[in-house]
Amino acid sequence: MVIQVLYFAWVRERIGIPKEDIVTNAGTVMELVSELRQKGERYALAFSDLSSIKVALDLELADFETSISGIREVAFFPPMTGG
Amino acid sequence: MVIRVQNDSFDAGYELNKFTRLLSSSGAIVSFSGVVRDIPDGLSEMQIEHYPGMTERSLEEICNEACSRWELEDVLVIHRFGNLKKGEVIMMVITASPHRSAAFEAGEFLMDYLKSRAPFWKKEIGLDGSTWVDAIDKDEQALDRWVKEQD
Repeated sequence: MVIQVLYFAWVRERIGIPKEDIVTNAGTVMELVSELRQKGERYALAFSDLSSIKVALDLELADFETSISGIREVAFFPPMTGG
Repeated sequence: MVIRVQNDSFDAGYELNKFTRLLSSSGAIVSFSGVVRDIPDGLSEMQIEHYPGMTERSLEEICNEACSRWELEDVLVIHRFGNLKKGEVIMMVITASPHRSAAFEAGEFLMDYLKSRAPFWKKEIGLDGSTWVDAIDKDEQALDRWVKEQD
């Protein structure tokens, strides 16, 4: 399946692009992260410490263990700092 | 309910007056504005990034939750993104209720959730380099108060 993956803030800066389409058979967010880490150093660096990264699936916050079956958009970003 | 996510600057006083004029049953109106402050090394500008689509959706959820917990006649949230200078208004929250305590509590609730659950990220561009603003534990802990009160 093809998933649109979005990156924000320093995750976007480390990876170097704001979004991309990824062809994947990953079952969970964690499996998708493992695949992304294989794409190169920039990805490995961006995903080196998952405790400082949050994930949203189709605009809803989720966990790394969550299934991405049927999901169209996955976003990775640091903890929010609004207000 | 007013929710606006925008690049343009806005006049917090004008928004408060307009919001107030449209009320009919509220005796208490609480307003909060967040403003870009300086940093020790001197701030050149603040860049605010957000996640279009998820931002509006999360703000709507937070406002709906506030309206279900407190007796509110109306709420307003305006949050800017883009490049802001020192002293500019970043965001504003207004709550209106027949009762003062509900207006204050709902305002604090909206601010606590908005800080840690709405997808905005701030970057401070200083005269000596730039840094992403770190989320602090205190902001995350502030949410506990509202979880416990729901029990």
